[in-house]
Amino acid sequence: MNFDPRFSGRKFASVGTRPIRPDGIDKVTGRARYGADFNMAGQLVGRILRSPHAHAVIKKIDTSKAEKLAGVKAVITAKDLPDLTDGDAAMYDILDNSMARKKALYDGHAVAAVAAIDARIARQALKLIEVDYEVLPHVTDVDEAAHHHAPLINDQVFTEGLEEKPAKPSNITKRTQFGHGDVHKGFAEADFVIERSFKTEQTHQGYIEPHACVASVNADGTADLWVCTQGHFVYRQHCAQLLGLEASKLRVTSSEIGGGFGGKTHVWAEPVALALSRKAGRPVKLVMTRDEVFRASGPTSATSIDVKIGARKDGTITAAEATLRYSCGPYAGSWAEIGAMTAFACYKLENVKTVGYEVLVNRPKTAAYRAPSAPMAAFAVESVVDELAKELGMDAVEFRIKNAAQEGTRSSYGPVYGPIGIGPTLEAVKNHPHMKAPLKANQGRGMACGFWFNFGGQTCTDLNIGMDGSVSLAVGTVDVGGSRASLSLVAAEELGIDYSHVKAIVADTSSLGYNDMTDGSRGTFSSSMATISAARNAIKILRERAAQMWDIPVEDVVWEKGHAIAKGEKHGNLSPLSLKEIAAASGKTGGPIAGHSELVADGAGVSFATHICDVEVDPETGSTRVIRYTVVQDAGKAVHPTYVEGQYQGGAAQGIGWALNEEYIYGKDGRLQNAGFLDYRIPVCSDLPMIDTQILEIPNPNHPYGVRGVGETSIVPPLAAIANAVSNAVGVRMTHIPMSPPRILAALDAEREG
Amino acid sequence: MRYIRPLSIEDAVGELAKAVGPAAILAGGSDLLVRMKGGFIEPELIVDIKRIGGLADITETADGFRIGAAVPCAVLGENKALRKAWPGVVEAANLIGSKQVQGRCTITGNLCNASPAADSVPALVAAGAKAVVAGPSGKRTIAVETVPTGPGRTSLAKGEIIEAILLDKRPEHAGDAYLRFIPRTEMDIAVVSAGVNLTLDDHGAIKTARVALGAAAPTVLLVEEAGQVLVGSKLDEGTLERLAKICAGACRPIDDKRGTIEFRRKVAGVLARRVAAIAYKRAGGK
Repeated sequence: MNFDPRFSGRKFASVGTRPIRPDGIDKVTGRARYGADFNMAGQLVGRILRSPHAHAVIKKIDTSKAEKLAGVKAVITAKDLPDLTDGDAAMYDILDNSMARKKALYDGHAVAAVAAIDARIARQALKLIEVDYEVLPHVTDVDEAAHHHAPLINDQVFTEGLEEKPAKPSNITKRTQFGHGDVHKGFAEADFVIERSFKTEQTHQGYIEPHACVASVNADGTADLWVCTQGHFVYRQHCAQLLGLEASKLRVTSSEIGGGFGGKTHVWAEPVALALSRKAGRPVKLVMTRDEVFRASGPTSATSIDVKIGARKDGTITAAEATLRYSCGPYAGSWAEIGAMTAFACYKLENVKTVGYEVLVNRPKTAAYRAPSAPMAAFAVESVVDELAKELGMDAVEFRIKNAAQEGTRSSYGPVYGPIGIGPTLEAVKNHPHMKAPLKANQGRGMACGFWFNFGGQTCTDLNIGMDGSVSLAVGTVDVGGSRASLSLVAAEELGIDYSHVKAIVADTSSLGYNDMTDGSRGTFSSSMATISAARNAIKILRERAAQMWDIPVEDVVWEKGHAIAKGEKHGNLSPLSLKEIAAASGKTGGPIAGHSELVADGAGVSFATHICDVEVDPETGSTRVIRYTVVQDAGKAVHPTYVEGQYQGGAAQGIGWALNEEYIYGKDGRLQNAGFLDYRIPVCSDLPMIDTQILEIPNPNHPYGVRGVGETSIVPPLAAIANAVSNAVGVRMTHIPMSPPRILAALDAEREG
Repeated sequence: MRYIRPLSIEDAVGELAKAVGPAAILAGGSDLLVRMKGGFIEPELIVDIKRIGGLADITETADGFRIGAAVPCAVLGENKALRKAWPGVVEAANLIGSKQVQGRCTITGNLCNASPAADSVPALVAAGAKAVVAGPSGKRTIAVETVPTGPGRTSLAKGEIIEAILLDKRPEHAGDAYLRFIPRTEMDIAVVSAGVNLTLDDHGAIKTARVALGAAAPTVLLVEEAGQVLVGSKLDEGTLERLAKICAGACRPIDDKRGTIEFRRKVAGVLARRVAAIAYKRAGGK
């Protein structure tokens, strides 16, 4: 492939406009098909039996009574999902999480499943399954779990990353460290040092659509899976491996997605649905209830973070240090590692050190949640940065501008930055009218910065030109935020035709080569690169066909604004041929015209944002309302500005919920107390102000149009921005997220009582 | 499971009285259907009372208002006379759930669901509302605060149905109000709540007062001492402080996922003060 991904600085006709998304009408009329909207003849209802214990040995499971119930077609336990992972520890964890093998490791862990002719019989069958548990001591708090006296979740875990292999097992699976310079020296040079400890509670992505799939394993050993996912190719790999199928024999079709935010990058009940279908010989639909989604999908980590930052009187940070403990659920993860990488990524630091500890707890397996691990680290760091600015008598924005990373800065996690947007977002915030708006009593303003890496990855795209000149674009990245519209704009741009003539679809796993899932803010970044490449390949063929139609050398044909142009004086009399004309003649000039592309989209530019937030706190109840909110973020190039704004607003909205009210609440018995939207309080519409956005465009040099991923960074600053605003409103530094009314009122009372 | 839709209260009572397994009354279904869907209850008999004559009506009588057991809360909000007479009751009913839920749910259902956090109940208790109970041995009228006896439990006997809620006719200079604390703005359930109902004399001093608290104890509390402290006052700062203190003291809350004991006590006092001021203003006090 001779694809040149470098930024070219071209002028755009389609990119940057705001047409209506192709999936919009179906979604607002209820016609769109989500995971649970697919049905097959003879389909059974699958239901899962889940452990009520946080930690227990499964001594025996007796399914005989359930199997005898009329209408039950299959009952499975871990025995029906034999271990085919062949020493792959990560895959074994996925298998064990799908169906507990020896121990139930959290309240909600699957232990058995049934497929029956209707939901009522399936529910009755679950009640007839007898599980003999030996209940073990459990631990759900991240700090308690890290303590050496804590109940051990897995006695085969010895902390990795220490200088010597430890003699005793521990709930800490791994220690990681990042940084450069000498923090001891740096702190010695500081005039002011602030050191604080923070906690954040576990939150869930809160997608409205629960996990849902229909699995059909056929008699010939092939299988189909219709599923709500962020990555159907990844689901295919994982399910095929766990079920012992060849990947090509399992066709996975992704449905429309009612939110994922990282939580649908991972298989949960899908292998169980396939195993049920295999045993029953019939299709099985499995839809998780909301209770199951909370108890047994993948929320983000609960954390405990210590931060220490020192600065000279002139406002230069001399050293920064953080220790981060992140909960992983009962299986190893790299969540603290990501927190340790992102914590100080916004700043230019001579001396920086971060240490991450991955901690096992008896909670559901941690999964990605939008810029996973970064919001908590940013909350801790940006709170201390704000406090240090106050201590220095400096404006919070000026202090950050003085220490902001820039092109050429060696980042705290290693690489040297190219052109980046942290400085420009801070300058934009400094000059934003929001910063100068007056505040009333009990109101406060806060701001904070955030960073996210972004990802590119494996991508494969097909572009087919119909004989009527319209274009079908088949992509393999699931559309989670309007990417079909954005990618259609990119195809229209490259081909020089109107957006209305392009129709994008998400192809199934048998129709396209492998695609990484839609994560790491890669959907539009990577698939637009593949779309540009596919369009350029199609243009090459269009030029050849035009040359053939004109009977001139292809070197004399250029492509401009949707037309083949014969260049040079000798072809002066030839009128341009439109894409439509060339397509219409294609049957006689060599057959269908298409462009294909497969690539690894390297060079996803890092992303930065700065947020401003005003809150009003009721000092008598501790209730906090966000009254104004502004997001400033670098998009590289906003392909479809409306959907970029939507991503900015969505991340801020989720961050506001996380900051103020959302949390997993566990009882002393290790059971989740609030597995539903009544008591797991995500914000409703009336809780939020209109979230203002400002898109900055600092081109990514590694993308033809300068595009950067935009989906995740917007959730990084809110926890910190709101905490800083609350602190400025009521004079109390909140160090525990969520800042729920009882926590704020208790902090205010403690302050008043002095 | 058997679903029936009787046309008379006698038939409904008769079916319920002779039911063998668990039976449930269906009006709006906003609690019942959710509990059934969640697998918490599996009734063998469901008696839909929406077609029973008069149960879907609000009637203005010589004594006040009669609100049928199947009247959705949204309809309360659309009744001008009721809104004018009992704004506190109506605002409480129109806080339940969401707009969609209010189109289905009823204050009788809210009362019989017997949640200590029920929004309309503190307002009804403060208002001195009464419930007309139809049962196998005839009809009786009882004070609403005697209906819930604990979370999810009521004083109603087998076969009994509340067919209507009665609210008195309002004298001059009367006002009621309801406030709840929720961390969000809607679609939530009270962490703690307060209802106040006042009448004033011709000089603006409080003549009668009833104060009720929600989500502060196993049942909604009628705090008689809090009412007494208001009587004779014009809601001066000292009275409001005493009110807050009495209400905080009257609470018997629990620590749970929705709030702490400490928080509920404090905020019960804060809400009582605030809601008393609203009721006082509505009664024409200055």
